[in-house]
Amino acid sequence: MEYLSLFVKSIFVDNMIFAYFLGMCSFLAVSKNVKTAAGLGLAVIFVLLVTLPINYLLNTYVLQPGALKWISPELAGVDLSFLSFIVFIAVIAAIVQVVEMVVEKFSPELYSSLGIFLPLIAVNCAILGGSLFMQQKDFLNIGEATVYSLGSGLGWFLAIVSLAAIREKMAYSNVPAALKGLGITFITVGLMGIAFMTFMGIAL
Amino acid sequence: MDAKLKETILNPIFKGNPITVLVLGICSSLAVTVTMKGALVMALSVIVVTGISSLILSLLRKTIPGRVRIIVQLVVVAMMVILVDQLLKSFEATYAIDKQLSVYIGLIITNCIVMGRIEAFALGNKPWPSFLDGVANGAGYGLILIIVSFFRELLGSGTLFGFDILNRFGYVPNNLVILPPFALILLGCIVWVQRSIQKDLQEK
Repeated sequence: MEYLSLFVKSIFVDNMIFAYFLGMCSFLAVSKNVKTAAGLGLAVIFVLLVTLPINYLLNTYVLQPGALKWISPELAGVDLSFLSFIVFIAVIAAIVQVVEMVVEKFSPELYSSLGIFLPLIAVNCAILGGSLFMQQKDFLNIGEATVYSLGSGLGWFLAIVSLAAIREKMAYSNVPAALKGLGITFITVGLMGIAFMTFMGIAL
Repeated sequence: MDAKLKETILNPIFKGNPITVLVLGICSSLAVTVTMKGALVMALSVIVVTGISSLILSLLRKTIPGRVRIIVQLVVVAMMVILVDQLLKSFEATYAIDKQLSVYIGLIITNCIVMGRIEAFALGNKPWPSFLDGVANGAGYGLILIIVSFFRELLGSGTLFGFDILNRFGYVPNNLVILPPFALILLGCIVWVQRSIQKDLQEK
């Protein structure tokens, strides 16, 4: 039951985009049509799902204050948490490299449509942000961390696909010239964010 | 100072602003704009990180092999961010800097401005212009943060830098402005104003 509540919470209440603005760069740039948006969303889900549990294990057994106790009791006082940024980003960059090679091999079509944004997942704030929030949230076990990563990924996917759908429709509407493109997209995302705020009242 | 250098400094502040024109680095920025203090700390951190990592990578640009450059960039940027984060942690108690900020400081690593400017400028230019370019882009980013946080703190809490401004006149703080989505709506309005002045930026 706790898992379910964490899952729903990470999709809707703690939505990466609407509550924390993480991964905005690619969110705004790749949301022009639904198909590409869905591709990037899937890539984000996958990368989050792989990197977050790995980073959770690293955090629990290497980086946390006193985490090295399992090697020998003398190391209990060691605190490596200042290294966490660099360790997390290294794990993410390595995983993204692998994903890129796999996608290029098995789906050249998706590869060409995602173009530059696949390597950019490495610097997608949602991925690193997921790991950093995981560090703050003190999950009890790896199961919770995995559920959280899946939920956040799905939340991101949902956000980018819905924005892309709205932008496709918006192409036909009459927007003031200076607001066209970027400006109106910002405002749309803001309004969608307010809509997502309604989930905050839900207690599971 | 020659004209080209001047252009390097002035362009990112208004005409080629990293947030409103290049759409880089929105991710880590908007959540810190609830108070002007948070925005100022974030802006200064980004200026330091972009400036110095551009300088370092520009010095190294002839020795880095093209294939592994992303990893090298990430390592240099992550190192700078760790230094800034540790520095802020030591001042945390003295100046009452919000703990939550640490996550967003960590996210400077994946802030697209840093990587974007290194890729686009520092790797092809001499150290001094690269340093200035980094600082100027950080400043352009900081400017937007300050503008957004000015309105959010003034309207949302009735204060500026924690000093009471509007409340003494019987102003009732507007809680909508504190909510994350409002930052995006404000940003949309800034884009609107800028593009009304600079017609050549308008999208067709």
